[in-house]
Amino acid sequence: MNYQTSIGLEVHVQLLTRSKLFCGCSTQFGSSPNSQTCPVCLGLPGVLPSINKKAVERTILTALALGCKVSPFSRFARKNYYYPDLPKNFQISQYDEPLAKDGYLEFELDGKHRRVRIQRVHLEEDAGKIIHGEDIQNPEDKDSSFIDYNRTGIPLMEIVSYPEIHSPEEAYQYLVNLKRVLGYLEVSDCNMEEGSLRCDANISLAPKGARLGVKTELKNMNSFKEIREGLSSEIERQAALLDKGEKVPQETRLWDPHEQATIPMRGKEEAHDYRYFPEPDLLPLKVSQEWIRSVKEAVVELPFHRYQRFISQYHLPVYDASVLTDSRELADYFEECVRNFLHPKVVSNWIMGEFLRLVKKETESLRKIKMKPFMLAHLLEEVQKGVISGKLAKEVFQKMFKSGRPAEEIIRQEKLGQISNEKELEEIIQRVMMQNSKAVDDFKKGKDKALIFLVGQVMRETKGRANPDLVNRLLKEKMGVRE
Amino acid sequence: MKKIIDREQVRYIAHLARLELSEEEEKKFTRQLGEILAWVDKLKELDTSEVPLTSHALPLTNVFREDELKRSLSEKEAFLNAPQKKRSHFQVPKVIGD
Repeated sequence: MNYQTSIGLEVHVQLLTRSKLFCGCSTQFGSSPNSQTCPVCLGLPGVLPSINKKAVERTILTALALGCKVSPFSRFARKNYYYPDLPKNFQISQYDEPLAKDGYLEFELDGKHRRVRIQRVHLEEDAGKIIHGEDIQNPEDKDSSFIDYNRTGIPLMEIVSYPEIHSPEEAYQYLVNLKRVLGYLEVSDCNMEEGSLRCDANISLAPKGARLGVKTELKNMNSFKEIREGLSSEIERQAALLDKGEKVPQETRLWDPHEQATIPMRGKEEAHDYRYFPEPDLLPLKVSQEWIRSVKEAVVELPFHRYQRFISQYHLPVYDASVLTDSRELADYFEECVRNFLHPKVVSNWIMGEFLRLVKKETESLRKIKMKPFMLAHLLEEVQKGVISGKLAKEVFQKMFKSGRPAEEIIRQEKLGQISNEKELEEIIQRVMMQNSKAVDDFKKGKDKALIFLVGQVMRETKGRANPDLVNRLLKEKMGVRE
Repeated sequence: MKKIIDREQVRYIAHLARLELSEEEEKKFTRQLGEILAWVDKLKELDTSEVPLTSHALPLTNVFREDELKRSLSEKEAFLNAPQKKRSHFQVPKVIGD
């Protein structure tokens, strides 16, 4: 049977701040365990949390970029649950009065415009990291769990969509585009390996036109790819149950990447009765119109808008526009280059080809690249003017990329400029014709292929620097062909 | 006095806090919690229809700190209250199981 799939995504994003949400401990990733803790984030009795202003501002900024209404009044709440990754036995989160509500994310899916509504954006603290003893190859550890509280209290922004995503591919595109927005705003580094972006999904199936079916919550997906796979597998599983006339039990399931299947989460962790109440240790937040206005100044042109503009303004193909707007730095680089060399498609080809190839190889951040956009523009101009051949331009490009030296200098110093001087070329052609008299004869007898051979010999003599059109014409002239 | 809270509920709350209560304790806490709730019920007699919902008595909002680092505890200090530690981790009885 055909079912309508409804997926809602809950994305947790670690905000880029130096210190934690409620205390001055560092948020540095990868430090030795429990070296970034203090009485506040360890939940020792009698301590008071205090709110990191930057974390609030980054949340407001994101909310504005996602078209949300920022609540004039919001507050934190305690979410009570007993698990050792939370030393206080509660997590400070937001409940009925989140920082922002009712936004949307726009993107394209199979060439069609999509707009998925966002339910809420709120701020909360992260929990600690647990290593389960049974996962360690040591029998004496198997009845223990081990906890690192460095992550406890790191600011997390939670972005919750409405359940109106209808396929795993759409979920994937939602995430790719959300990550782009977060990258453009510089609110998070969105590094999934380091856990600074995590995503859980709610998914349900129902006959077309019917109300939402029973949902399962899907966890433990560690990349966008795994999210797509996890959702596909869960759709199959739920559809099979419904086809048999069975009910889908409401439960939390974990994606198992090795089995390529979802498995039910063990019962004990599931008693969800959080008994939320307003956090008594923190004062409410009031976000004034002035504050919103000042944060709004940091909202840059968003990736989807930029993508559309690249297509309309520069007449770029959809694919180019999508690659170039993937990060703000790359899009900036492209535009800066086009300002100096007015052929967008040529610039795009170079950036998507040689440029990204080298960026990936050197794994440099775009900001550190020594070859500035105007320098690439100059190189492309030299190619266009015929000073240098397209083939040699690649060589020059690599040198520029590594050294940051300007194109003109490399071309001059390494004598890479194209030889378009007829006198100079005539001498070389004369020599080549003498050394290859058989080919010359062949050509005169009507073998056109011999010409290609002779041009190739001239190119070899000049290490590829001869202007090929000119060589062609001069050779023909010498062999008695007039055009 | 009518029962405001029964033993079933006390057992449930104890479970959420991962507490194991003896039968004696269950009885005792059911009585004590009942008394506390009865007292809270008394507050309901006040007419609060004109009073806005309040979660805070202080007339303050937006108390922030700047995003600045402060010294964290040393490893020695961090583990002072820990009954068990191993390899710089807090060690606790295993938390997943059947």
